Amino acid sequence: MDLLQTKGIEKQFLGVKALKGVDFAVKAGEIHALMGENGAGKSTLIKIITGVYPASAGSVYFNGKECKFRSPLDAEHAGISTVYQEVNLLPDLSVAENICIGREPRTKLGFIDKKERKVQARKALARLDIDINVGENLSSYSIAIQQLVAIARALDVDCKLLILDEPTSSLDENEVKELFKVMKKLREEGMAIIFITHFLDQVYEVSDRITILRDGQLVGSYEAKDLPRIEMVAKMIGKTPDEINQMQAGIVKNTKFGDTVYEAKGIGRVGTISPVDVSIREGEQLGLAGLLGSGRSEIAQIIFGVDPHDSGTMTMCGKSVNFNSPQKAVKAKIALIAEDRKVTGIIPDLTIRENIMLALQASKGIWKTMTLKQQEEMAEKYIKLLRIKTPSGEQLIKHLSGGNQQKVLIARWLATNPKLLILDEPTRGIDVGAKAEIEALTQQLCGEGMAVIFISSELEEVVRDCDRVIVLRDRKKVGEVAGSDISLKNVMKLIAG
Amino acid sequence: MNKSSNKFRHLVWPLVSLALLLLFNAIFTDNFFKIEIKKQDSAQAVQAPSGTVESPQPGTSWITPENYESVNDSVEAAANAATEEAGAAAQTVQDSAGQQAAPGKKDGKGVSIFGYYLYGTPIDILNQGSKVMVLAIGMTLVIATGGIDISVGAVMAIAGAIAALLISMLDAGTCIGAGMGPSVYWIIPVLAALVLTTLAGFWNGMLVAGFGIQPMVATLVLMVAGRGVAQLITDGQIITFDNPGLVFLCNGHALFLPFSVWIVVAMYVIFGLLTRKTAFGLFIESVGNNERASRYAGIEARRIKWLTYVICGFCAGMAGLLAASNIKCADSNNAGLNLELDAILATVIGGTSMAGGRFFLSGSLVGAILIQTLTTTMYMKNVSPAIVAVPKAMVVIIVCLLQSPVFRAKVLSIFASKAAKGGVQ
Ligand SMILES: Nc1ncnc2c1ncn2[C@@H]1O[C@H](COP(=O)(O)OP(=O)(O)O)[C@@H](O)[C@H]1O
Ligand SMILES: [Mg+2]
Repeated sequence: MDLLQTKGIEKQFLGVKALKGVDFAVKAGEIHALMGENGAGKSTLIKIITGVYPASAGSVYFNGKECKFRSPLDAEHAGISTVYQEVNLLPDLSVAENICIGREPRTKLGFIDKKERKVQARKALARLDIDINVGENLSSYSIAIQQLVAIARALDVDCKLLILDEPTSSLDENEVKELFKVMKKLREEGMAIIFITHFLDQVYEVSDRITILRDGQLVGSYEAKDLPRIEMVAKMIGKTPDEINQMQAGIVKNTKFGDTVYEAKGIGRVGTISPVDVSIREGEQLGLAGLLGSGRSEIAQIIFGVDPHDSGTMTMCGKSVNFNSPQKAVKAKIALIAEDRKVTGIIPDLTIRENIMLALQASKGIWKTMTLKQQEEMAEKYIKLLRIKTPSGEQLIKHLSGGNQQKVLIARWLATNPKLLILDEPTRGIDVGAKAEIEALTQQLCGEGMAVIFISSELEEVVRDCDRVIVLRDRKKVGEVAGSDISLKNVMKLIAG
Repeated sequence: MNKSSNKFRHLVWPLVSLALLLLFNAIFTDNFFKIEIKKQDSAQAVQAPSGTVESPQPGTSWITPENYESVNDSVEAAANAATEEAGAAAQTVQDSAGQQAAPGKKDGKGVSIFGYYLYGTPIDILNQGSKVMVLAIGMTLVIATGGIDISVGAVMAIAGAIAALLISMLDAGTCIGAGMGPSVYWIIPVLAALVLTTLAGFWNGMLVAGFGIQPMVATLVLMVAGRGVAQLITDGQIITFDNPGLVFLCNGHALFLPFSVWIVVAMYVIFGLLTRKTAFGLFIESVGNNERASRYAGIEARRIKWLTYVICGFCAGMAGLLAASNIKCADSNNAGLNLELDAILATVIGGTSMAGGRFFLSGSLVGAILIQTLTTTMYMKNVSPAIVAVPKAMVVIIVCLLQSPVFRAKVLSIFASKAAKGGVQ
């Protein structure tokens, strides 16, 4: 019998029908992958199952009974534990407080037992092989650790169904392995797990069955072993396997480089990154490779003036510059699409149009405004160009799915017509289709003479797209490869040291 | 969704509440809506309003701590009396002229440009509410950046103090500019007060945006110290004045309406244009919604925040001038007392979130009118000033709840399920 079943789930948002009658079933003791492009409705389906939103139509059965959870806590009491895509933890509380929130251990007098809480938190983290100080504030840890804490919190709940919505998007390989070990163990114990990810390898590594959504509709449910990878991708994006092969082959590297756009000599910042040289020419795509925390993002932040450098010099188009704030970098026609979309990217309560025009307007200042018509045309243009899935530019950006938010941010910076575009993990947490689009876009921009710095954890992407790769380890530059020397093997060798 | 309905959605509930309140008054308060057109006789028009509390001789006077008590009482009484008197709008100019001794009373001798003006409770509400309406502009912008300014009441006192001090010096001829004559030189204290309070706002902005101190704490400094500064300026005394220009601000009439109403209109037009016809408003909302991302987008977040505090100081200065003009004296202890709360409430009622982000100047304006209508209503119903805060708080809570979509959905679902159950039985 199915542990969880949904029948004809529909969800209508303002202007968008996110789900159009989805039937979905999960058995006890299986790992079930839920797949689909960005905006397919995966997160929405999860949120309806766990009571974040009410469904517009349809019903949810859990354990054979029809359920209408009114809140995630309600679902948790019934035995469904969830890690949502947007990690919803409290950064200013300690790790232990975050893990035990809502079910704190009590002393006999009814006060919170702080010692016991730390013990429980440590135990929960130990399941994932993490050993950190649980008394520290959550915000003092990296996004990866925060995500692991969220997972540990979910695992700590005694539950029959565990739901993980893109839990691995910021984890490194080892952390993912550790997570998979735990997931497999839980499966042995008879727990059902719904798993959403954009990493296709991961799907095949752990899942027993795969359900695919497209545009809010169910495409089908399949045994993982009966569904070849290329066919799964084809079903996700609604194309035939042949068309996909063509898409991937379509990436052509630009080989004509112009003058040096940006050059930095020995830029560094004490405690952040040891001095490095970075230079990039027009039309060139420079990759920064290395493990998480190796100093990739830190270089981007220094170039963009978020964390000003305290050693070295830089020149932009031959002129000596010194960025100590993003404003200056923006004026010098540098753009950064930073790693943490939610914190440093989107302005959630503004519309797509406003989010797109923001950087351009900021570089123009307060007085030089664009008419509403110009703004709308600009939004319209980028919505079409980048295929942003939205009913209109007047939709609030917070209502878009992750990949579409990412596209809006790309639009924001393309609108400023930058000379140097820095992309920090632009493909994290977005689907294959959008990924291919972004890769093709950067190539096209390089062809038009833009310089692009590309940062990604996915080495295949770096190797495939970049003309030169700087490899970092332990906040130091350990090597550089260019042209035909760029291969997965060479880069990996440098990373490993 | 259609755009225009979106644009005005935040106004719906405050306006509904205001309408209900007015309806209540229409039914239970006699002559509430009675508005008369009065003619100002020209002899009085140029003459300064007379009948201020204290001094038999014209000109400013200093009140020493010994006679402070009585003045203070009459000042308080004035605020209440003004609305009560206005409520009984049947009085004519001739009746009321010269009979009332309290300052700030609508004694019908305000200066009017065209000789005609409207007179009645609704008009009086607008006049009395002008201070909070002006304050609410600055407060709305500050709150939209995710901040708050609790010093505006004290800053109002500073504005009144400096204006009164300067006008008294000018009257006495001990200040440069006295040669211009009383009909012109009142502009000096007005400008000085606005400059000084704008600097006060600059100070607040420096603490918040420059040094990164929490807004509540940063503006608490001036909230506490501001009245002390005002006391220093006036040497601990209450300075009264009767300069026609200064008195005109909150007692005069122009184009049928109290002049203060036109000040409010001008301020809203200026700041409405400044925020919506430039990118300033967008940047404020962006910074209030996600400061870090705004910085990454190239917005000078600190400068934007700083600027909102400067504007807030300027608005507080204007409100302080109105308050002083209204009662024709500068009372450092009581001018603008607790008005920061009214300004914050007006902002919140108007649909601007305390968390920052989207802001609505029009909403704040309606909010301020709502609060003043409520206050006036209660005075007219003889609710003691001591307990006025209670019903006020209740109305504020109700409007804020109505503004929340979550709350409305909850209430609706309760009604829906009741109806459904009723249907089954
Ligand atoms: N709260 C919301 N309001 C309006 N639209 C939404 C909201 N949440 C999601 N959507 C829309 O519903 C669709 C599905 O989104 P989502 O479930 O997040 O996709 P996925 O998780 O598969 O990437 C998207 O088009 C998104 O823009
Ligand atoms: Mg999602």
